[in-house]
Amino acid sequence: MDYSQFLAMKQEIGVLVVFLLVFLYDTFMPRKGQAVLPLVATVLFACFTAFCFVTPWPDSIDAFAGMYASSTVIVAIKNILNVGVLIVLIQSIKWANSETTAIRRGEFYELLLVTLFGMYLMISARHFLLFVIGLETASLPLAAMVAFDKHRHESREAAIKYILTAIFSSAIFMMGLSFVYGLTGSLYFTNIAMAIAAGGTVSSLLVLALAFVISGIGFKLSLVPFHLWTADVYQGAPTSVTSYLSVISKGAAAFAFMVILTQVFGAVYSQAWEWMLYALIILTITVGNLFAIRQKNLKRFLAFSSVSQAGYIMLGIMADNAVGAAALMFYILVYIFSNLAAFGVVQAVENASGKVDMDSYKGLYKTNPRLSFAMMLAMFSLAGIPPFAGFFSKFFIFTSAISQGSIAIYVLVLIALINTIVSLYYYLLVVKAMFISDDDCVIPTFRSAGSERLGLWITVAGIVGLGIVSCFYNYLLDITSII
Amino acid sequence: MDISMIYYLVPTLVMFCCGIYGFITRKNMIAMLISIELMLNAVDINFVIFNRYLFPGQLEGMMFTLFAIAIAAAETALAIAIIINLFRAHKNIDVSDITKMKF
Repeated sequence: MDYSQFLAMKQEIGVLVVFLLVFLYDTFMPRKGQAVLPLVATVLFACFTAFCFVTPWPDSIDAFAGMYASSTVIVAIKNILNVGVLIVLIQSIKWANSETTAIRRGEFYELLLVTLFGMYLMISARHFLLFVIGLETASLPLAAMVAFDKHRHESREAAIKYILTAIFSSAIFMMGLSFVYGLTGSLYFTNIAMAIAAGGTVSSLLVLALAFVISGIGFKLSLVPFHLWTADVYQGAPTSVTSYLSVISKGAAAFAFMVILTQVFGAVYSQAWEWMLYALIILTITVGNLFAIRQKNLKRFLAFSSVSQAGYIMLGIMADNAVGAAALMFYILVYIFSNLAAFGVVQAVENASGKVDMDSYKGLYKTNPRLSFAMMLAMFSLAGIPPFAGFFSKFFIFTSAISQGSIAIYVLVLIALINTIVSLYYYLLVVKAMFISDDDCVIPTFRSAGSERLGLWITVAGIVGLGIVSCFYNYLLDITSII
Repeated sequence: MDISMIYYLVPTLVMFCCGIYGFITRKNMIAMLISIELMLNAVDINFVIFNRYLFPGQLEGMMFTLFAIAIAAAETALAIAIIINLFRAHKNIDVSDITKMKF
């Protein structure tokens, strides 16, 4: 065996090294040093992120007989996820040091790094065995993270709902895989694609298998018929875990979904999965939006908003071309910044006052103008109001979808556009509560922790910067057009 | 004596559907977990059958089954841990009682 193959997986090994260092620190450091563990973990991860940017990005390599692949695009999406994880880590420092969490704060960082490792495997896998292992490595520790506040009822309830749906969905996914294996005789992405292309006509068993595979990953992405766990889990989990779950986990799953659909089942695009995805997108965007309107709890509200955002991300897969891939990656990047800004504010307010209801945000502008301003920018970006990044990500993803050119796609994009207007209504409800409404018991003025402010500054800079500076999207377009 | 593949495939499909049915109708969390195990085992048997009958020259399906068994064990262990945590607080593992968060 050629051990130099391991050099192809720099990111995975890097995450494992960070994980081991944090684990050793957590295990062997005396009590006095434990208080700085969140800081140590964040700094270590920042070094790792910088290393990933600096180290040369490979053009295209594969290792382990083609089971693992890496390319410029894959390194780029991993770096995007790294930036998101870094922001999550910065934002969670105060929560990790709070009284109830402090005793087991090390576990939060260890579990988080392991899930990130699993997501990397998902993204890089070119064989379904490695993909399934990555998927489970990503979703099982997440269930433990959701159950992190084990003495709080909501957390327990969220964890049981998450773990049961996660296992159920992976069972369905693997059933689909077994049919694919029976049809094509291989689990390598390239071999399956070749066998499907050589087969000519689309058998009904393949359509069934594809439906199983799509619904299995649809659970992870919370697309609409499979979204029922999302709101409960987002509400019950600790807010740091929720923000991780909503951006990083979703971004990785969306990219892996695109790789599977385009590289494995690309040959049967128009015969088999175009219409499945078509229906899923319409349902996801519409139902997510309609349910978001009636939410009173801000975490539930953001959960349904993230359901509808997942529908927009799927439009990039629908395009089935390089522009779509670039638009999808750019959307994930912008979504990371906007959603983490919103969760950063929710977390700061929750840590200071313990309130997460939309009604308690009334009059927040008078007492905490900067926080309300950051929240307003996040809402504008999520809704897609022009000068901010969210507008451009939506614009690019619609353009890439339209480039397909059929009437059906035009109708789909029209429905998505109408839904953008609906979403504007509920995003602005939050802004209205903060700026216009008044209340007797306003949240008093407080000064949020330095880490929370740093996280918010980064995300706000990202929201504004990605909207103005165009080089990021151009770069993504360059690298995706190569493959 | 040769038994045709269909006599293996139909039972696994029945097993899988029983698992889905049980997951949806059962109220006890352990019973739901058992139903999911039924589904996962159906998947394992499916892989082995396809490998044995259609592609006897290779071992890909068998290897996948081995890994799938390990993954199923890990999933069950975690789910049981969470259920026990819930039981300690509630003295009850009926899903229809775990309804604090709803629409």
